[in-house]
Amino acid sequence: MPSVALLRRLVPMATRVCSSRGCAGSATIGPVEAAIRTKLQQALSPEVLELRNESSGHAVAPGSETHFRVAVVSSRFEGLSPLQRHRLVHEALSEELAGPIHALAIQARTPAQWRENPQLDTSPPCLGGSKKTRGTPAP
Amino acid sequence: MNGSLGRAAAAVLRWGRGAGGGVPLAPGVRAAGSGAGGGQAERLDGLVKKDKVVVFLKGTPERPQCGFSNAVVQILRLHGVRDYAAYNVLDDPELRQGIKDYSNWPTIPQVYLNGEFVGGCDILLQMHQNGDLVEELKKLGIRSALLDEKDQDSK
Repeated sequence: MPSVALLRRLVPMATRVCSSRGCAGSATIGPVEAAIRTKLQQALSPEVLELRNESSGHAVAPGSETHFRVAVVSSRFEGLSPLQRHRLVHEALSEELAGPIHALAIQARTPAQWRENPQLDTSPPCLGGSKKTRGTPAP
Repeated sequence: MNGSLGRAAAAVLRWGRGAGGGVPLAPGVRAAGSGAGGGQAERLDGLVKKDKVVVFLKGTPERPQCGFSNAVVQILRLHGVRDYAAYNVLDDPELRQGIKDYSNWPTIPQVYLNGEFVGGCDILLQMHQNGDLVEELKKLGIRSALLDEKDQDSK
């Protein structure tokens, strides 16, 4: 019977660090994902933060951190339009958006709105992007 | 959709002819406010105000090359919006960066209604789901096809 200590070592970091079921269960959290979490936590003190790396569904190399979907639930969004809410998220992640992040799907909700529909949506399927052939991963 | 096919293609061609005179920004350089190469900002200003509905996409309405851009195209199609200007940023790196600077928005697609920036795919989808898009189109004198469907259903 494996010891508790051994089990703890075997459980991927992601399932402990991820605060919700939004995590795709990847073995490690990459630096971009970690940065997104930290910065959004600092900027918006969210009640709920669900983040999913969707890069594997796009025409990029395996292990990429280029395409993300995030649900941010914060009372700081009260009274703000969707545009204002998204701009707050962009401000917090300006470095990443100027750098590695190629796509960021955002669900920015107040706590009441989240309670009505507490779910990280799925993004539409990739149509190949600037690659000429649809669905072919970049080498 | 035939009207918008020709219209969208013409819009892309208009952009293509117009570009080249502006000062290209270095990659990664964020231009603040009107610093986006004066000429380019003016050109973009003209583009977003020339038509009631203006979208910046990866790909074209007939052949979107990005799932998020496709979502914008499909939403407009659902509402029966045929007459809109669509600009393909994949054809023009200057446009691709220029519109991000102009809108102060880091991603594509981008949607403008009546010269005003509305947001990207997420926001347009939200507007579609909560009825706001029908209202905004109405203000532009565009009757959403969804209203006609509703009328038919209730007869």
